[in-house]
Amino acid sequence: MKQKRLFWLLAVLLAFALVAAACGNDDDDGGAIADCEVNETDGNLNIFNWAEYIDEEQLASFSEQFDVSVTMDVYDSNEAMQPIVAAGNSGYDLIVPSDYMVAILIAGGTVQPLNKAAIPNIANISSDFRNLIYDPAGDYSVPYQWGTTGIAVDTAAVGTDFPRTWGLIFDPAIADEYSGSISLLNDPRETIGAALKYLGYSLNSTDEDELEEATDLVASTRGRLAAFNTDSADEFLTTGETVIAHGYSGDMFTQFLETDDPSRYVYFVPDEGGTRWIDNMAIPFDAGSPCTAHTFINWLLTAEQGAALSNWNYYSTPNAAAFGGLDEDLQDFLSTPGVAPVEILEEIQDTGDFEVKFSDAFIEAKG
Amino acid sequence: MSSTVQPRGTTKIALTAHSWLVYLFFFAPIFVLIVFSFSDDRNVGRWGGFTLEWYQDFVEHSQLQNAVWVSIRVALLSTVISVVLGTLGALALERFKFKGRKVFDALLYLPIIIPDVTMAVMMLLFFAEFFEILDSVFGWDVQKGLGSITISHIAFNISFVSVVVRARLAGMSEVLEEAALDLYATRWKTFRYVTFPQIVPGVAGGALLALTLSLDDVVITQFAAGPGATTLPVFVFGLIRRGVTPLINATSVLMLAASVILVALSLAFQQFSGRGGRPSLRAAREAVSAPSTTNTQIKEGITQ
Amino acid sequence: MTMVADRPEGLEEAAVATPEFEKAAERAASRRGFLLSLPAYAYLVLFFAVPLVIVMIYSFATRNRFGGTDLSGWNLDAYRKLGEPIVRDILFRSLWLAILTTLICLVVAYPFAYFIATRTPLVRNLMLVFVMIPFWTNFLVRNYAWRVLLGNDGLFTNISEALGLGERELLFTTSAVVIGLVYGFLPFMVLPLYASIERIDLSLVEASRDLYASGFQTFRRVLLPLSMPGVIAGSILVFVPSLGAYVTPEILGGAKTTLLGSYIVTQFLTARNWPVGASLSFVLMAVMLVATLVYFRTGGRNL
Repeated sequence: MKQKRLFWLLAVLLAFALVAAACGNDDDDGGAIADCEVNETDGNLNIFNWAEYIDEEQLASFSEQFDVSVTMDVYDSNEAMQPIVAAGNSGYDLIVPSDYMVAILIAGGTVQPLNKAAIPNIANISSDFRNLIYDPAGDYSVPYQWGTTGIAVDTAAVGTDFPRTWGLIFDPAIADEYSGSISLLNDPRETIGAALKYLGYSLNSTDEDELEEATDLVASTRGRLAAFNTDSADEFLTTGETVIAHGYSGDMFTQFLETDDPSRYVYFVPDEGGTRWIDNMAIPFDAGSPCTAHTFINWLLTAEQGAALSNWNYYSTPNAAAFGGLDEDLQDFLSTPGVAPVEILEEIQDTGDFEVKFSDAFIEAKG
Repeated sequence: MSSTVQPRGTTKIALTAHSWLVYLFFFAPIFVLIVFSFSDDRNVGRWGGFTLEWYQDFVEHSQLQNAVWVSIRVALLSTVISVVLGTLGALALERFKFKGRKVFDALLYLPIIIPDVTMAVMMLLFFAEFFEILDSVFGWDVQKGLGSITISHIAFNISFVSVVVRARLAGMSEVLEEAALDLYATRWKTFRYVTFPQIVPGVAGGALLALTLSLDDVVITQFAAGPGATTLPVFVFGLIRRGVTPLINATSVLMLAASVILVALSLAFQQFSGRGGRPSLRAAREAVSAPSTTNTQIKEGITQ
Repeated sequence: MTMVADRPEGLEEAAVATPEFEKAAERAASRRGFLLSLPAYAYLVLFFAVPLVIVMIYSFATRNRFGGTDLSGWNLDAYRKLGEPIVRDILFRSLWLAILTTLICLVVAYPFAYFIATRTPLVRNLMLVFVMIPFWTNFLVRNYAWRVLLGNDGLFTNISEALGLGERELLFTTSAVVIGLVYGFLPFMVLPLYASIERIDLSLVEASRDLYASGFQTFRRVLLPLSMPGVIAGSILVFVPSLGAYVTPEILGGAKTTLLGSYIVTQFLTARNWPVGASLSFVLMAVMLVATLVYFRTGGRNL
């Protein structure tokens, strides 16, 4: 019995030591601004980014130009990235969080304020991407790429004069015809948000009655759905599993281009409005090479690199200087009516405690 | 093995047919996977004509190759260590009664039972604090990476290995071991020449399981990883947002081909070196174990 | 079964009434056992138990506004949330699916493992390795391959059409999830079953047949009891991970019903509600641990 007790005693003691350490070290690292010059480098760059979001060759050219080595790892969701960086000692110098996540990272002290003097090219950011609600003064983040969330349809099945409404998914009168061939995103905020929009509410609503209404609406759609899917919604549409798909603009567009006849598919943001999402560059609080990170941000904001980025990942750029350098295909897509109707778009915001309600509501709606 | 224990007649045909069907089931998706690695379409699942483009991509994709190497190193290292620790643990539990046995027994099951994501989160918190302590107490500046991934993989693999080895050990006769000891064999020799040869199938099974689990793990690895230490599954998981391309099929096919070649080589080696083995062992075991344990078991079985 | 329960505790208790020197030998054995277990024991305490205690502490904490966890104001709220009907529904649905998966795996794997165990050693090893080889490909790509097989123009649709059953698409149904789970976990059943069947002295099977037992009787009375450790170990290795599976249900089932695995993942990685994720994990682990230990013990008596 002795050894057993000893083991548990040790385990518990060690655990307490760890927790004590955890509580103790949260308040080091203040909001100090890194002291960096333009184009200064202070070590190698470790990037933590979404997959397939930047060309390895583009990273190589930065590496060559500034004589630092660049390593990139990838994540598949904001929520997977956040705890890894927030835990500290992650080793990353640059991360690419989405809009609402930036607010969370700022609140948690996970990202450091930027030294804007070291990023003069910040002036290239289009006016549509200033005064963003999640980081009003742009003190912590610089927009990287952006897009919208809407509906993509297969005109071979739906025709070309379909109503441009979320009703394609939510209104039984229209959608029942396509029963079994519709997909919704498997994401509480996007999907409940779409229902909220259809009902005429804000997608950031924190009204319980509105949420309940939206939940019931999604639940009533369940029978018509092929799947709740985020990652393959675009593939399902072009392989014929679905004919109406809730999805992201950039994903849909690249997928259309893969098919023999891209004009067969249409992507649009319904008239009730949709989501504008913005991914941003930010620097973790404990970055080892903050100056290299600043330099990288500044470099990516040049007209040339901004265009190269978009021409590779085919998402829209917030970099006004880069507009002229975009591929024709991409320019055409972005200027198609309904693809990016800025006036009816809304960003997803962190709703604090209400996030739990969104998540529960979505699980309830899915059954 | 005498021919009479082989299944006879219809049973034999049914068993053989069943086994082929099981293999068909195992390999049907693999066949699909291989076919689509030659498909000239970014979507896995839409045939776009024959191409070798994805294999060429693999050759040029340094990040992907790096991920494959990290995966293989982590898998091999964690398998070897967890097989040793897990087998020792299984032996202790099945062969000895010792203090703390029950706690150990329970502790060994927890890594199997714990949900992946919970283990991932707990390893993340643990490493963050553990490295902090190493830094502040010993002044060691340790980074998460290959080491922390391997440590986490061993932590769950030990349990899986020990479960399989225990399934082998459970109820296995101790008579041979006792006989060896009575004949003045040392503990080590007894283990080396009596116990170990008997549990080899269990150990091998456990090793295969550990290797597979390590090669497949995503969440725990993702949370235990550091810069530049991405494994293949983590890399692939990141890709699903923009679509997994046949590049990953091509990678899988290459790994498949490599493992088939390795297996063929090792079998050839076994065949070659096995000729001088000790054929008497199995006969000895059967001679000793049959009357002592199993007769009573049969009686029990039949009277139940 | 009743006979088993009525049996006295047997040899273990008989050992109590032994002379002094045997007690000393017992102590020596105890020391040896402890030393043997020590490396794994110490490893698991440091790299598993300690981290586990940290998460356990989290389960009593509170989610703050930003989805972080406040390590203060300890409470049981997270555990209370588990009483909600939605969690109960998810739990029952997942249990049913996991039990179904385990049973199918058992029925499919047993004759297969027996077949392997009765081959010559070389064939045996080869067969075993070929069970595992498919699983050295990427997990996600395997699931995608199943999506192709089960999809609207896939093999299964074509077969059912050819059989005149009409165009039945399996993708995004519960059947697809079960197929995916059975596929993913079948090797976990085959390996321990093989390890324990291979150990059985097959001349017993012969003896049983010589004594005019039917094939089924031989299986029921001889083979099955002797391979019980493998059955138990395999069942646990299949049941537990199917209960926690979340990728396969999402890819093949279209995420149309929430299972326990995805619920826990959602708590950690969507709602960023770590206390609830942690508390649910702990309740699950406690239940599973008790069930496992009881299962092993009752199973162990049958030996």
